[in-house]
Amino acid sequence: MTISEQIVGDLVANDIAFVTTVPCKQLGGVIEAVDAHPDIMHVPANKEDEGMGLCAGAWMGGKRPMIIMQNTAIGVTINTLVTLTQFYRMPLPMLISYRGELKEPVACQAEMAVHTKALLAQLNIPTYHFHKKSDADELDAILKYTFMCNKPVAILTDATFWGGY
Amino acid sequence: MNRSDILRDIAPVIRDHLVVCNIGLPSQELHMIDDQPTNFYMLGTMGLASSIGLGVALAQDKQVIAIDGDGSVLTNLGTLPTIANNVADNFILLIIDNGSYGSTGDQPTYAGKKTSLTAVARACGCDNVVEVVAKDVAQALTDALAAKRMTVIVAKCVSGNIKVPVITKDPVAIRDRFMAAIQS
Repeated sequence: MTISEQIVGDLVANDIAFVTTVPCKQLGGVIEAVDAHPDIMHVPANKEDEGMGLCAGAWMGGKRPMIIMQNTAIGVTINTLVTLTQFYRMPLPMLISYRGELKEPVACQAEMAVHTKALLAQLNIPTYHFHKKSDADELDAILKYTFMCNKPVAILTDATFWGGY
Repeated sequence: MNRSDILRDIAPVIRDHLVVCNIGLPSQELHMIDDQPTNFYMLGTMGLASSIGLGVALAQDKQVIAIDGDGSVLTNLGTLPTIANNVADNFILLIIDNGSYGSTGDQPTYAGKKTSLTAVARACGCDNVVEVVAKDVAQALTDALAAKRMTVIVAKCVSGNIKVPVITKDPVAIRDRFMAAIQS
């Protein structure tokens, strides 16, 4: 079983049935697996705040959502996270490609990486960081936690976790 | 007719349907005119009414009307390709296009100048796009609900606001009531 299949297996086991994505090379395998799974409605979004709006609607409509995006999106979505997801107390697991960490080839990505955890901490968003393959074993518990407490929850996945570029 | 006149006109048409209403004065006016448990009022997050509405429509079978404004659609233009490419025949996007940012003091939008949101929606691939004048919005909505096809209605009207109180309901109470209405 690939790591992407393992992740999507955890999503389905937790009844996540609506996934919106903004493209990412590191998360490409997961996005493909999401798209192929018959139990998941995959709605690509043009921007991450739009995706969070879709997720808010899907959750109120009865489907558990997830957003898949890069960490640069934290900069794009702070207002949405605060005034929609948190203000209305909605669950939103965010599977995030943590660009700009070790093995990153693109210097500009490091600029957002250094702010990522600080911003998430400032927003009181529970944050988990997958660095080693075995870290993904906690995904099932993280998803259960997210839908227990109705909060946005960040799962940062770095290049070492994905095996480099 | 301005936006609040349209909302008064369409209130009997939308009363029994799920409604996601845009931030600011549109939600405040709808709340004052005809508060319903089937209404989801946006208290923040400009631009996402259509995205939230599409999400609700894709997740369940009841008909959903998102009431948006020209300024809010302009701030989230990416929503139109997403709507076009993820067809939900239980979804209607009503864009009340008064050519101005009403909630912030009626500053002009580009939709009131050279930009046609009707043409933009069509170019984005939305199949059923109708542009109507204010007095015909209730009929256009009635027709769209009966057709059970995803429809974008661009309702042209004049700008201008009425005096209306802010919504003091708790956001969690608003969405809990909305979710209960969806499940009922």
